[in-house]
Amino acid sequence: MFNKARKIKEKYIQDEMWPSIFCVGCGVGNVLNYTLRAVDEKRIDIDKVVFVSGIGCSSRLPGYIDADGLHTTHGRAIAFATGVKAADPDLHVIIFTGDGDAAGIGGNHLIHAARRNIDMTVICINNFNYGMTGGQVSPTTPTGGFTTTSPYGNIEIPFDLCELAMGAGATYVARWTVGYPYETIQAVKRGLDNKGFSFIEIITPCPTGYGKRNEIGEGKEYWEWCKKNTILKSKYEALPAKERRKEKRIVMGEFRNRKREEFVEELWKLTKA
Amino acid sequence: MRHKYDEKKIRRVIGEKVQFVQGDASAVYGALLAGCSFFAGYPITPASETAELMSKLLPKAGGVYIQMEDEIASMGAIIGASWAGAKTMTTTSGPGFSLMQENIGYACMTETPCVVIDVQRSGPSTGQPTEGSQGDMMQARWGTHGDHEIIALSPNSVQETLDLTIEAFNLSEKYRTPVILLTDGEIGHLREKCVMPEKGEFEIIDRKGPTVGRDKYVPFQADESLVPSMARFGDGYHVYVTGLTHVEKGYPSTSSAEDHDRLVRRLVDKIEKNRKSITMVEKDYQKGSKIAILAYGASARPSAAAVRKLRRKRKKVDFLRLITIWPFPNEEVRELADRVDRIYVPEMNLGQLVHPIREAAEGRAKIIQVPRIGGPLHTPKEIMDAMRKKA
Repeated sequence: MFNKARKIKEKYIQDEMWPSIFCVGCGVGNVLNYTLRAVDEKRIDIDKVVFVSGIGCSSRLPGYIDADGLHTTHGRAIAFATGVKAADPDLHVIIFTGDGDAAGIGGNHLIHAARRNIDMTVICINNFNYGMTGGQVSPTTPTGGFTTTSPYGNIEIPFDLCELAMGAGATYVARWTVGYPYETIQAVKRGLDNKGFSFIEIITPCPTGYGKRNEIGEGKEYWEWCKKNTILKSKYEALPAKERRKEKRIVMGEFRNRKREEFVEELWKLTKA
Repeated sequence: MRHKYDEKKIRRVIGEKVQFVQGDASAVYGALLAGCSFFAGYPITPASETAELMSKLLPKAGGVYIQMEDEIASMGAIIGASWAGAKTMTTTSGPGFSLMQENIGYACMTETPCVVIDVQRSGPSTGQPTEGSQGDMMQARWGTHGDHEIIALSPNSVQETLDLTIEAFNLSEKYRTPVILLTDGEIGHLREKCVMPEKGEFEIIDRKGPTVGRDKYVPFQADESLVPSMARFGDGYHVYVTGLTHVEKGYPSTSSAEDHDRLVRRLVDKIEKNRKSITMVEKDYQKGSKIAILAYGASARPSAAAVRKLRRKRKKVDFLRLITIWPFPNEEVRELADRVDRIYVPEMNLGQLVHPIREAAEGRAKIIQVPRIGGPLHTPKEIMDAMRKKA
């Protein structure tokens, strides 16, 4: 993994932007590594990839890649990316977004892009809080979770982003934590293979924001917390119905991989007609 | 798979050379002739006709039409498509224009060519959706936050809507900036004769592309024109585009006063220093006039009628119509203020452009508002009555 990571860095990273802004123990850099490995393994021409993002820690990622990048406004990455892809269908569009960016301010664009089944791969880095602004409550903060704006514990019910994406019509949907590198790389590869809307949620540590206020710890402890609070889809499905209903852990795995008419292809049929 | 400008195809799609159409339709014709290949929009009165016609014509002209989920997304999509090499446009009205403001600022900051047509309606808020107004003149200038310059044009007829839409595309490509076309419910829904210009009767300007290879290309480095060349996504230039304050290479620089100052002043200067060539006005002056009417857009029509009536009564009156609204035609207004004692400003709002007019006049003439809101245009008589009262 480390040798590979070095090679990936040499091949794809924009040196002048290094070092990154990320905190010690943050998982956003891991997601970058996994994504670039998937791109590399798929042998996709990097000149034809556009990395699009919104605002937040996750959304800083395109700046570190030696490729075309569009760092847009808060929540709007998918809307901008729709324009990129529709204007030039030959481009591969990969989006880095966070829980607040994708499901808070950008929720409307997320569901409509999923409904259209537009060919793009959305990598949603879920760290359960707004990290960039100092750790406020987000649409995915677990009930009871402490953040700077839920000082008495979060009273809201969090979004299940994968259920949301599937309900809206996404054709590839998976969820992993950064502790599952190979599974995540595989998911990104399948997302890239899918000619349609792919949504991959990656649960990621945020020791400075969410971790500190919920006494999760740093580094290894946070990765273990992620493991402890998640359950593999295969294991979850093997549980008796009664236990499944009581299960509080977040289910991980590939939830959907199916085919459906893709939006941009249909759009260009009108143009070519 | 990218759009290619095919004039024959576009003319076939537009149809007859002379048509009797709405301003909302002539805007679409202008966009097609200018080479617009991507449109994203959201329905809103009184601009929906542009989206309807675009959805019908643009695919046949070789382009792509998308109805987005809201105006924020529409504005985002046209910026994204512009970076993928398309000439792009959206159309809206007051409430939608408000929603677009953040991304209009992003287009200013990232120097993304795109055209926004705002068919103004009566506000604030939902207001009177079917009634025209000139309520967004200041929103066009200052709707997005932070220091910036903007280009905005305002037509007074169906024909001019077509001509200025072409001009809007050309200016946006030349200066790499969003250009706003401020039409309104009156002009947008007005039906008039419209003549499609022939080849050679109008210019088509395309953005400058990189002239050096990838290794030497610096995406936000400008020559003396102050406008950098623009690489298209997918061409291997590896451009990083961000709304954060950035250095010439495109990388963020968020706490350097010098970097911010250098970038934002250039963004302002590239328009400010070309104020003269961007400015379009219509002047109709008479020797010895002591009074003048200064108008723009729809309210310039009854204003011109009032001028004609006054002259028929052998009254001397100057008439100045602003076609370019932003950057503001300061010199032309000052010149008028030097000629006359009083300048009457009929606006379909309670006073918006009267403020920069006063600022430009610098006390050389008295500036008198003739406001009207609620939908109907001023009548020429109403303007003449206002002039009599104050004279």
